[in-house]
Amino acid sequence: MNKTINQKAWYFVIPVFVLVAFNAAVPLMTVVNYSFQETFGNNVFAWEGTRWFKQILLSERFHGALGRQVAFTFIILLIQIPLGIAIALTMPKKGWGVPICLILMSMPLLIPWNVVGAMWNIFALPDIGFLGYTLNAIGFDYNFTQQPGDAWFTTILMDVWHWTSLVVLLSYAGLNSIQPAYYQAAEIDGASRWAVFRYIELPKMKKVLTLAILLRFMDSFMIYTEPFVLTGGGPGNTTAFLSIDLVKMALGQFDLGPAAAMSLIYFFIVLLVCWVFYNLMMKNEGQ
Amino acid sequence: MAKITLKNLSHSYLENQNNDSDWALKNINIDWKDGGAYALLGPSGCGKTTLLNIISGLLTPTNGEVLFNDEDVTKLNPVERDIAQIFQFPVIYDTMTVYDNLAFPLKNRNLSDVEIDTKVKEIAEMLELTLTLKNRASGLTADGKQKISLGRGLVRSDVNVIMFDEPLTVIDPHLKWVLRSKLKELHQKINRTMIYVTHDQTEALTFADQVVVMHEGQIVQTGTPVELFEKPKHTFVGHFIGSPGMNILPCKIENGKINFEGRTIQSNTNIKKASFKKTQVGIRPEFIEFSEEGIPVKIRRVSNTGRHKIIDVECESGNIKILSNAATKVPSESVKIIFNQKYTYVYEDNWIIE
Repeated sequence: MNKTINQKAWYFVIPVFVLVAFNAAVPLMTVVNYSFQETFGNNVFAWEGTRWFKQILLSERFHGALGRQVAFTFIILLIQIPLGIAIALTMPKKGWGVPICLILMSMPLLIPWNVVGAMWNIFALPDIGFLGYTLNAIGFDYNFTQQPGDAWFTTILMDVWHWTSLVVLLSYAGLNSIQPAYYQAAEIDGASRWAVFRYIELPKMKKVLTLAILLRFMDSFMIYTEPFVLTGGGPGNTTAFLSIDLVKMALGQFDLGPAAAMSLIYFFIVLLVCWVFYNLMMKNEGQ
Repeated sequence: MAKITLKNLSHSYLENQNNDSDWALKNINIDWKDGGAYALLGPSGCGKTTLLNIISGLLTPTNGEVLFNDEDVTKLNPVERDIAQIFQFPVIYDTMTVYDNLAFPLKNRNLSDVEIDTKVKEIAEMLELTLTLKNRASGLTADGKQKISLGRGLVRSDVNVIMFDEPLTVIDPHLKWVLRSKLKELHQKINRTMIYVTHDQTEALTFADQVVVMHEGQIVQTGTPVELFEKPKHTFVGHFIGSPGMNILPCKIENGKINFEGRTIQSNTNIKKASFKKTQVGIRPEFIEFSEEGIPVKIRRVSNTGRHKIIDVECESGNIKILSNAATKVPSESVKIIFNQKYTYVYEDNWIIE
């Protein structure tokens, strides 16, 4: 095979290259720049080496925020993935129920994040909110603005409400792509309902579920707007997840150097987890 | 082991049926003998798969009954009917090994590990899967996967009937032939009722002792391959079986004689009735010869297929195909032909007059 060598095609890549440079590479490099230096404004910088990184990695505040973040993400994945699959399994496969279910499922996904936060804030207020008032009326001592447990409960409930639909829609798409012959063959092989799920549905959903877990991991790990509007990170620091803490540090205290170092560490954690997870899930593909 | 009887079976996928075309199956009556090798032959969309799914219990018929050994099983599910079915496209359990795939139907029926192991190894041997038993099934080629599907159907030795729904569609031509002979061999060995659905006449005729031809939701003829070839009971069978298919030409019946373009044609058909609906005369291309006397025709085209010549001729009422030996000398443009009396049939409204 003799391929014509023509390097001119590279010119077509330039627009994308420029766009990516301006919306990703340049801002990221600015952050890298800040993370190694100290600045007092007026474009005066002093070299600090790895001081900010050491400071962040050793600070209890960062450990706390990271711990809360990991716990939050872990809990919502543990609820949303099984719940999403369960809902997708019970959704109708044909008939008039399909569009109704799909629209109902898409609704939460269409609401802007800060609106979701505001909605749940009002919904959960112990004195006037429907949820908060009802819980108190039936005997629970519920107040998400003052009790850390209640704040966590509300934040998790809000996230489950907002994002389970995404898992449902992806799982539903995965389930619908399974050929009827698989179910027929399983019926003839005498497979139980559980075996059908375990050996047909779950393996066929593997790719969409990998995608769902990755998306939900990234989104929940970087969650900011909803808890910011709902609890503002409180009471105290009990719901201050990584993003909330980062914004406090960068904009509240104007500690740009440590905030930049924290951003990079944060970024690498997300990247690393996604990479490891994706490779684990795809290990046996294509063999 | 069972004799399968279908009684007055009709099926429609619609809830309300208004006209004839709403029915996928129309009043099917048939007996499948215990231990027979049957082929269900027909074009795509004629209701073959529907019929198969009704026998297996994946579908419940709108009307009629399914009997296994004279026992009504119409309402039973596939497991209760104890049947095996193999589908057109390979169905495998991706996460399992080849061994576990083959063992799956047995495990679901709570057989002991020893029994499972013996049966799986036996079937793997037969399908030449022994070397891949430990591999993950998802890594196999399309025909390897279809072998697993076949294996899962064949691994249970006690089934009432094994049904194949165009199982060799995805298989390479040379392997197709190997697997088909294997199935035939298997049938002789285990002597179980087998129903093989296909739209490929070669496949049907080589596999089966009895071929059931379906057309628009009806069974038009059941018979041995030779019967279907020599005496098609419906013009569709004439068309569909044989290559090229039967010549079907309009004719008139007058005083018990066949009148074709003003000439009387000889046939062994004993015509008793006096009045008829649309009548046609049918003759296979193999049974037409050139002659001094007979129907005058013009030669339009001669194509050579190697061992045979297909000669297209034109007469007043249409085109006729003649299949003759490659050595036959094709006469000049205007010739006369005669039909072999023994294989000349008359059809009324597409059904044979006997």
